Amino acid sequence: MSALTAVRNAIRPRGDEDSGGRGARWTRGRVALLACALVLAVLWVLPLAWALATSLKPEDETTDTGLHWIGSEITFNAYEQVWASGDLTRWMFNTAYIASMTTLLTVVLTAMAAYGFSRTEFRGRKLLYGLVMAGIMVPPQVLIAPLFAEMVAFGLVDTYWGVILPQVATPAMVFILVKFFDGLPRELEEAAYVDGAGRWRVFWRIVMPLSRPVLAAVAIFTFIQTWNNFLWPFLVTTDPNAMTLPVGLVNVQSTYGVRYAQVMASVIIGGLPLLIVFVFFQRQIVRGVAHTGLAGQ
Amino acid sequence: MTTTTRQPREATAPPVGPPAPPRGIRRHWSEHGLAFTGPFLIVYALFLIVPLIWGVRMSLGNDNIAGTQSEFVGLDNYAEALRDPDVWSSLGNTVWFTMLSTAPLVVIALVMALMAHHLRFVSWLWRLSWFAPFLLPSGVVCLLWLWVIYPSDFGFADQLLAAFGLEPGIGWLTDSRYAMLSIVLTTVWWTVGFNFLLYLAALQAIPRHLYEAAEIDGAGGWQRLRSITLPLLSRTTGVVLVLQLLASLKIFDQVYIMTGGGPDDSTRPILQYVYQTGFTGYRIGYASAISYIFFALIVIVSLIHLRLTRRSREENAS
Repeated sequence: MSALTAVRNAIRPRGDEDSGGRGARWTRGRVALLACALVLAVLWVLPLAWALATSLKPEDETTDTGLHWIGSEITFNAYEQVWASGDLTRWMFNTAYIASMTTLLTVVLTAMAAYGFSRTEFRGRKLLYGLVMAGIMVPPQVLIAPLFAEMVAFGLVDTYWGVILPQVATPAMVFILVKFFDGLPRELEEAAYVDGAGRWRVFWRIVMPLSRPVLAAVAIFTFIQTWNNFLWPFLVTTDPNAMTLPVGLVNVQSTYGVRYAQVMASVIIGGLPLLIVFVFFQRQIVRGVAHTGLAGQ
Repeated sequence: MTTTTRQPREATAPPVGPPAPPRGIRRHWSEHGLAFTGPFLIVYALFLIVPLIWGVRMSLGNDNIAGTQSEFVGLDNYAEALRDPDVWSSLGNTVWFTMLSTAPLVVIALVMALMAHHLRFVSWLWRLSWFAPFLLPSGVVCLLWLWVIYPSDFGFADQLLAAFGLEPGIGWLTDSRYAMLSIVLTTVWWTVGFNFLLYLAALQAIPRHLYEAAEIDGAGGWQRLRSITLPLLSRTTGVVLVLQLLASLKIFDQVYIMTGGGPDDSTRPILQYVYQTGFTGYRIGYASAISYIFFALIVIVSLIHLRLTRRSREENAS
C-alpha cells in the first residue's frame, strides 16, 4: 500500500500553483485559500447541522430563540415518532424499488439500443437514431399533461410502473453509450464471432463487461435522478401508499404541522440513504456524475 | 455468405498469423439490429413520442384531465395563452429566476473547483460539503431551508442576522422583494455541487506541463490562472452555462414546496402554472398549449447547447 502510494507520488507531476511548484508547501497564499475554502465548507454544512441539531431537541425547545445548538437534553424522540408512523419506511421502500427498477431497465434497454445503433446495419437505422437524438431536446417536464392523460388511459396512476416507465425513456443515455461503443475496437467481438459465438453472447459476455465503467456512470446518474425526482411521482401518485420519499416528505409538513423536531427528523432520515451511499462510493459517483453530466442532459 | 464461421478457425488451426476475418462475420454485424434497439424504441415511442404528439392534439382541443369530451378548437388555446397575463408573468418569473441563479451557480462552482483543485488537501471534505447537497431530494432541501429561513422570530437565518447586528424579520419568503432571492439561495446551496464537479473534472484534464512551462517563464499564480486555466476552461464554462440555463428554466420543486408560487404569484414559474391550469384547473388542453410555448424556449437554448457540444467534440477530435 505505502509503496504504491510512494510510487504514485513519485510519478505524479508536481505543479502546485500557489506553492512555487514544490509540492504541498504552506505558503501564505495557500493558507488564505484554505481559510476561504473552509468558510465556504462551513456555510454549506451549516443548514444540515442546524437541521440535525433541531431534530435532536425536545419538541418544546425547538422554537426557543438564541441559537442553542443543543437543547436541555439530546433525545431521539422525534425519530422514534416519525419512524413509528410508518410512512417513511413505506416511502423509502417505494423509492428504492422505483429507483432500482428504473436504473436496471434504463441500463439494459439503453445499452442494447446503443449497441444496436453503434454496431448494426439495418434499414432505417440512421433515421431511428436521429429520432432518438432529437428526443434529447424534449424535457420530460413539457410532457406532463399528455403523459398524465396517457397514464389515466393505461390505468397506471398510483402504480409503480406509472412512475417507472416514463423515466426509462432517456435518449441522453443512449447517446452517451453510442459514443462509448463507437470507440470500442471491433477486434475482440470479431474474434468471438470467429470462435462461433452469436451476437447476443458477444453482447452480454464481452461488450457489457468491457463497458462496466460507462454503464456504472449511467446507472449512478439514473439512480440519483430517479431517487430525487419530484415532479413526475408527485403528479402520478395521489395515494400516500404509492408515494416516493421526495413526494411523501412534502406531505410530512402538513401532517406534523409545527412539530419542527419531527419534520427535521424526517428530513435527516430522508436525506440519509443517498448520503451514506455517497460516502462509500464517492469516487465512482463523482466520476459518474461528471461523465454523464457533461455529455447528456 | 453461406460460409459458417467455424471453418476458417479449423483451417488456421496452427496459429501462424492472425486469421483473415471470414466473410461470415460481416453477416454478424447486420444481425438482430431491431432486436437490440426495439425494446428501447418501444418505451421511447410510448412515453416520449406518443405524448409529444398527443400533447399537440390536446393543445388544439378543450380536453379535461381524463382526456374525455374533446372538441377541436384550433389555435384558440395558443391565442388565449399569448393574451393571458398569468402566462407572461410566470414566464417572466421563470426567466428572472434563471437570470438570478445562473451567474452564482456558475461562478461559485468555478471558485469552489479552483480552490479544491489547487489545495489538493482533504479533497473528500470539499466534495462532501459542496456536492453532497445535490444528492438530497428537493423535498428534503426545501423543508430544511424553510426551517432555516422561514420562521421569523426563532428562525436560524433571522437569528444569525440579529447576531451580526443586522435587522431580522425581513420576511424571506413572505416579502416579494426577497422571496425569489430566497429560492435562488436554496437552489445555489442545493445544486452548485453539480457544476463544481464538472469544473473539477475539467481542471484535472488540463495538462500539467503547461503550468510548468509558465512557471519557468516566471508567471505568478494569478497570471497562470488568467492566461492558462481560465482560457482552457472556456469550453467547459460554455457547456456548464447552457446546462444551467436549461436546468434553471425547469424550476418547479423549490417554488412549489417553499412558497407555492407566492407571495402574490411573484415566484410562480411557468411549470407551476401549467400544473395549476392542467391538474388543479382541469384544463389540460390549455395546459398543453402553455407547455409547448415553454418548450419553444427550451428548444432554443438546447440548440445552442447542441452547437456548443458539437463544436467542442470536433475540437477534441482534432
